[in-house]
This record gives sequence, C-alpha cells and structure tokens, in this order.
Amino acid sequence: MGTLCGSRLSELFGSLGSFFRKCMFCILSMGPIPNHFAFIMDGNRRYGKKEKMEEGAGHRAGFSVLMSMLKYCYELGVTHVTIYAFSIENFKRKPDEVQNLMDLILEKIDGLLKEESLVNKYGIRVYFIGNLKLLSEPVRVASEKVMKATANNTKCVLLICIAYTSCDEIVQAVHESCKNKWEEIQPCNSHKSCNGRIEEVDGKNIDDGIGHSVQELSGVQANDLRATRASTFCNDVAQGVESTDNGSGVVGHDAVHGSCDKWGEVQSLEASITGDGVIPYVKREKLAVNPSILKVVDIERHMYMSVAPNPDVLIRSSGETRLSNFLLWQTSNCLLYSPNALWPDMRLWHLVWAVLDFQRNHSYFEKKRKQF
Amino acid sequence: MQSLNFPPPIYNNYIPTPQKANPFLFRNRRDQTHRFPPLLLAAKHDLALNDDEDTGGAVAPLPEGLRREVMPRHVAVIMDGNARWARQRGFLEASAGHEAGGRSLRELVELCCEWGIRILTVFAFSYDNWTRPKVEVVFLIRLFEKMLRSELDNFMRNGIRVSTIGDSSSYSGKYDVVQACRNIAQKVKDGAVQMEDIDESLLEQELETNCAQYPCPDLLIRTSGEHRISNFLLWQLAYTELFFAEALWPDFGKAEFIEALASYQQRQRRYGGRRRS
Repeated sequence: MGTLCGSRLSELFGSLGSFFRKCMFCILSMGPIPNHFAFIMDGNRRYGKKEKMEEGAGHRAGFSVLMSMLKYCYELGVTHVTIYAFSIENFKRKPDEVQNLMDLILEKIDGLLKEESLVNKYGIRVYFIGNLKLLSEPVRVASEKVMKATANNTKCVLLICIAYTSCDEIVQAVHESCKNKWEEIQPCNSHKSCNGRIEEVDGKNIDDGIGHSVQELSGVQANDLRATRASTFCNDVAQGVESTDNGSGVVGHDAVHGSCDKWGEVQSLEASITGDGVIPYVKREKLAVNPSILKVVDIERHMYMSVAPNPDVLIRSSGETRLSNFLLWQTSNCLLYSPNALWPDMRLWHLVWAVLDFQRNHSYFEKKRKQF
Repeated sequence: MQSLNFPPPIYNNYIPTPQKANPFLFRNRRDQTHRFPPLLLAAKHDLALNDDEDTGGAVAPLPEGLRREVMPRHVAVIMDGNARWARQRGFLEASAGHEAGGRSLRELVELCCEWGIRILTVFAFSYDNWTRPKVEVVFLIRLFEKMLRSELDNFMRNGIRVSTIGDSSSYSGKYDVVQACRNIAQKVKDGAVQMEDIDESLLEQELETNCAQYPCPDLLIRTSGEHRISNFLLWQLAYTELFFAEALWPDFGKAEFIEALASYQQRQRRYGGRRRS
C-alpha cells in the first residue's frame, strides 16, 4: 500500500514537474531559442569521488544527466545537440580507464537503438563525429549501425564527438580540400576547340608537330584513351603523333609519347569526351593547382561537423573555461558558458540560464550573421 | 594582431647563452599594403641581454598571491569595450575609448615586461572590424601607427620584439588556417611535401603565429564581459585557459590583470589527460 502510494506520488510529482517545465519552455520560447547546443561533459570522475562512488559510477551518473539534458533540449525546440564524448587525447589515459569508457560507450550506443530510447521518441538522427578509424571495431561497427538506422530521422540531430579533436578535424579537412581542388582541376575546364577545329597548341601551329605539351584527341574511341593525371608537362616533342583529318577538321594525336624525360613524371590525366566525341583541349597551366583558389568554404565543406550548423551555445561544466580542442573552428562566434557544477550535478536551470544568456546576446549574434 | 616578445626577466641572474647580436632591423614580416605603413616591426633577437645591454634595474617582484613558477609564458588579449566605454562617458565618437584603450595596452605591456611574461598577443583588428564606420576604422589604423612609432624607443630599450600577424592589419583564426592550407598546397604542388605528410605539426608550422617561441597562448583574456572568441586565433586556443573579465578594456588595469593571472594559476591544465590527484 505504502509502495503504491509512494509510486503514485512520484508519478504525480513527475507530471507536475513536466507541466511546469513545459510552461517555462513556453515562456522562454517567446524569445529566440538556440538551434544548436554543444556540451563538454566535464566532472564525471570528480563527482564519483565526491559522492564516494565506485569506479565508473560517475560516468554512468553523467550519462543519466545527459539523457535529461537532451530531453530538455529537444522539448525546448533545439534541433541540434553536440556532445564531446571522447577526445583523441583521452586515449592517452590509463588503458583500463579507456577500456571502461569504451565499454560504457558501446553499451550506450547499443541502447540508442532500443524501442524506448530517446532517439526513437524524438526522431533523432545520430551522427558520430571524429576519426572513427581510431575506435575499436565493435564501437565503430555499432556507431555505423546507429547512423544508418537513424539516417531517415528528420526532427532533430544528435552529434556525438568521439575519437575527435578539432585539430585532427581541421587537418583532415585541409587534406581533403587540397586533394579535392587537385581533382577538380582534372578534367580540364578549358575548351579551345571551335567548330571542332583545334587551331593551336600552346601557341604553336598545330601543323608544327613540335612543342605539343598536351594531348589533343578527337574521334578516338574511349578505350583508346589513356586517362592520365598530370603533375608536370614538358614542352618537348610529342612523338608518334598521327594526324587524322576527319570530316570535322579536328586533328587527332596519339597520347603521351615524347622524347621529354618529364613524360616519366606524368601520372595520369583524365580527359573528358564531349558529346560529339571531341576531347577538350587541355592547356598546361590549367592543370597546375593554384593554391590561392582554396577558401574558407572549401575547408568547411570537408569538416566532420559540416553536417550541422555552428553551435549557438557551448556549455562546459565543472567551471573549467577552456575548449580542450573541441569545435575550435565552429565556435568562433559561439556563446561560451561554464557553470561550476560538475556534469552529473547539471540541472534544468543551468540550461535555462544558458538560454536566457543567449537571448540577452542575441541581437549581437544576429548582427554578426548578417554581416557575413 | 600584434605579438610582443619580451626578454626573460633577470631577477634570478639568468643570463642565457649569448647570441650573436643582430643589428636592429626594420623588417616587415609580411608584405605591407598601403593601408599600413612599413614602419611597424623592429626585429631583434629575442633572447636576452648580455651584460652591456643590462637594463640595470631589478625586475619588479610579483604581487602577493601570484607564483612565479606558474606564470603564463604567453598571454593573449581581446581588447573589447572601447566603444562602449566612450558611450558610457558621453562621448559621441568611439575614438576617445580607443585612445583610453591605448593607455591600457601600454600599461599591460609594462606589466608583462616586469612580471616575466614572454609573449603578449593582442587582438588589434580583425576582418570583422572593417565593417565598422569608416571614420572609426581610419582612426584605429592611425592610432596603431602612432602608438607603435611612439613606443618604438621603449620597445628597443627593453628588447621587445613586435610582430604583426595577419594580412596587412587584420587577422582571423579561420583565415590563418586557410593561408596555412594554401602554403601546404603550394608545397604539395612543388613536390616539397607529399599529400600524406599533411599532419598537425605541418599545419602548425604554417600558421602565422609560428614566429613566436610559444605560439599557443597559455591564457586568453577577453574584456567587457563578452563570452566568446570572435574568430581570434583558433587552432592556437585548443588548450588555452580562457578568462572573461567584466571590465571594459580601458578600465582593465593592474588589479584586473592580477585577478586574471590568479585565476589562471588556480587551474589545472590536463590537455585531455587526468588531473593530478
């Protein structure tokens, strides 16, 4: 009887709490609500020590608080939440601690797919952000499974940064940008042919037969083409050139022969064939990468976090005010909030305070957005 | 963005291995445009002082509560709040605030010199600031010029090296990464570097802040109560301790600086590792 009463009271308080929370969120929603919250969940271990818990219990308590925070965010209308689950630097911790964390992470990742999970309740799409190759196979496989299973969810997004540091993200984005720009230049974007006739090559008369630094091909079957991606060209004679004067008047040449010893450096060049079978004329200078064409957007496009807008508010618990290699690129104009509470001590009112702070600064942020 | 390198203090009679003295050079680190005259940089070797150059004066002891062994080597400052300061005092133009801000900067430079902080990086002007009213922008640029010219003797006397970082006068953390990316792409194109060699240390070498001995600030101070980075540095702030001061920049003085340093000294920097128990 007592137990029944207790559980009914608990339900009642729960419902009341939920009701008041919804009222509060209604009031908050009269002002602008952040689209994207990011959390650095610091202080789990300290909490465990403070509460004299066993090893790992602090992290489990932290996980419960995370679930509550996610629930509050999505109820409030926040569409994106990013959490810093595990940094690449954390791999340097003691192996048994790393293993315990990975076991907990794996357990919770599997839990995301359960029927009653938050993911299904709120229609959350989950991304795992980071250098996933660094993860053990079970964790990586589980992450990929969750990403695939939630790919069609559209209501909100949860980004879990795991095996992540901002520096690593930037380096891989730089790497991909360079590679991408290189590949964009090939095939060539220059078309010198006019009415199917190529007049000259590198300023020299086509009948010259000398000084061809590129291939011109026409009426050549695709399987006769040798795709090449050139890193250098030379100006020397292209030997073995054949002239064919077909009806269109375009000259065809054999490919990639020459006396120049630089031919050996030619790796490959992809030539594209236009609809009428004319292969565009490839100018030497077009194939050289011009580094100045790299822009901010090129790098941003290749960031792991390009799947989401930049965070509006970054909350780091436990009173530490540093970014710890988290979202350095994405938080350039983000509001930073660092309450003293350890992560498992975080409560709804911390989130409410962050929202109020965001609303207070909102006009500044809007001005910044409009400028750029 | 300006970065100032200070010689190490001589309070403990530390005289480093004497280096061949370079003549004083007026050298631009980057190609200066018409917007910023060439007389900006005085480069001198930034290790100290042999006996002949000894300033002769004892370096000031640290204020009470600050410990020398945990002083930051590199402090960065976002000098925010000049315009607000001017508005609060009834000035119509922000220029009065900027001039007062200049005085605060002068004081901060002196304190860094006295207390052994090796590098001070100040966020003088960002790409974002070009959107301010033209009158204010022109005033700011002229103020920088005037300050640097007037302080040149002081810098020379105290062995302070000034570096200007950024594209002529403006800087942004993202742009720094992009220009580093372009440099790397150029090196890949030239065959000096392979694509697979691109890593964190290569990128770091190409950033504008590689001119400094300690390119990553230990402490970043932002004044005027704003809690954001505003694209000032980026890569370099990965593990920097952040301190947000409520005071507006012209009101940021010795007491406020001590508070920031005290806060820094209480923190335990873990770099992703564990706290020392």
